[in-house]
Amino acid sequence: MTEFTKKTRQRVRIEPAQQLELENIQRRHFLRAGLTVGAMSMLTGCNLQDGDQVDKVLWAMSRWNDRVQAWLFSGRKLAPTFARAQITKPFPFNAFYGQDDIPEVDLTSYSLAVSGRIRDKAPWTLESLRKLPQRSDITRLICVEGWSAIGQWGGVPLKTFLEHIGADTTAKFVGFKCADRYYSSLDMPTALHPQTLLALDYADVALPPEYGYPLRVRVPTKLGFKNPKHVVEIFVSNDNPGGYWEDQGYNWFSGI
Amino acid sequence: MVCKGNDVRQKKLHPWPVRLTHWLNAACMVCMFMSGWAIYNASPLFSFRFPASLTVGGWLGGALAWHFAFMWLLLINGAIYVLYGLASRHFKRELLPIGIAALKHDLTDALRFRLVHEKGVYNAVQRLMYWIVLAAGVLIVISGVAIWKPVQLQELVALLGGYDVARYVHFAAMAMIAAFVVIHLVLVILVPKTLLPMITGGVRTPDNEKNGS
Repeated sequence: MTEFTKKTRQRVRIEPAQQLELENIQRRHFLRAGLTVGAMSMLTGCNLQDGDQVDKVLWAMSRWNDRVQAWLFSGRKLAPTFARAQITKPFPFNAFYGQDDIPEVDLTSYSLAVSGRIRDKAPWTLESLRKLPQRSDITRLICVEGWSAIGQWGGVPLKTFLEHIGADTTAKFVGFKCADRYYSSLDMPTALHPQTLLALDYADVALPPEYGYPLRVRVPTKLGFKNPKHVVEIFVSNDNPGGYWEDQGYNWFSGI
Repeated sequence: MVCKGNDVRQKKLHPWPVRLTHWLNAACMVCMFMSGWAIYNASPLFSFRFPASLTVGGWLGGALAWHFAFMWLLLINGAIYVLYGLASRHFKRELLPIGIAALKHDLTDALRFRLVHEKGVYNAVQRLMYWIVLAAGVLIVISGVAIWKPVQLQELVALLGGYDVARYVHFAAMAMIAAFVVIHLVLVILVPKTLLPMITGGVRTPDNEKNGS
């Protein structure tokens, strides 16, 4: 338990552009030192962001991996659930920014916009979302970095919500826009998975700011970064909306 | 002679499918090690990180892209090698049997650095090491697939002791393979005449052919 807090404290989060700059400095220093690990050192610059030939191959392989994962995904296979005693305490905070930069959302004026291939485009309030059937699961959140933590999320199954707004569930993608310029998207089969939630609660109480208040997406069949927080708009589309990390190089499907 | 049917193959120390898969595997392994270490660095299991200069990809997303691209080449190449090894009886011919007495004898020799290299014949210690690294290869694939798909393949993850344990298993398999690579390279340096046949195929002389079979 304390291990997680330690880990979160130690981990310095910097944006990929800064990371890249850092890596470049390290790499130059490394090359100057005359230490090269064979031909591999020539390739360490291929990072999905330079658009060179190797990057193109890596992106193409990532799209291939999307297809393989979509094929591996079962809409009926449930993620393992856990007992309350197994919940990780405290549950680690994680975002592309520090805890001081959590967006402020005015709960009284908050509404969830819905758009795209849907019938009813009226926005939703938190109260109206709470009136829909709810579900709660204790599941493991696995970060792309490798660590994992068990938590309990409650809210409206995304499938139920999509049915209520008359979404075209034959469309390919469901996209999410967030209050903190984060964005992400899901394939429709994952959006319709019974454990995919529009989470309003964490551990039976309304989501606190650090866990993505007032509304986050909780997808136990995806890596953590596919669980956007502070969601302000949901849309259904046939064009892949991508995502904050996905557009920088994290695999888009990222199913687990 | 066990296999009389294929004279050409018998005359080479290392048949071409073994050499081709060996070098492809070597290249894949370098990519998998370097990208894997970068992924490890994002959330270390132990109180150390790998130097950035030994990683590939620049950032976590890049490293993951490398890892999940080269895993396919590694998997296909490994499958070809295993199928070839079974179909051609390469495993049986070169890596069996391993007697306890021979193992004791050869291990004593090896630890005293008495490296009697019989061309075309693996001693008992070498045979055992190849089996261990093959087993580690299977384990690294199984544990890797498990931590890649811990929900879709949750039964496999449970078999490995859960997601967190499976990460350690993947790391341990990597460490075993890395240790093998180190020993393998040291032996090549100590007995350099083994390197060229791995590229050209070498020639199996009638003398050691008897031993080799």
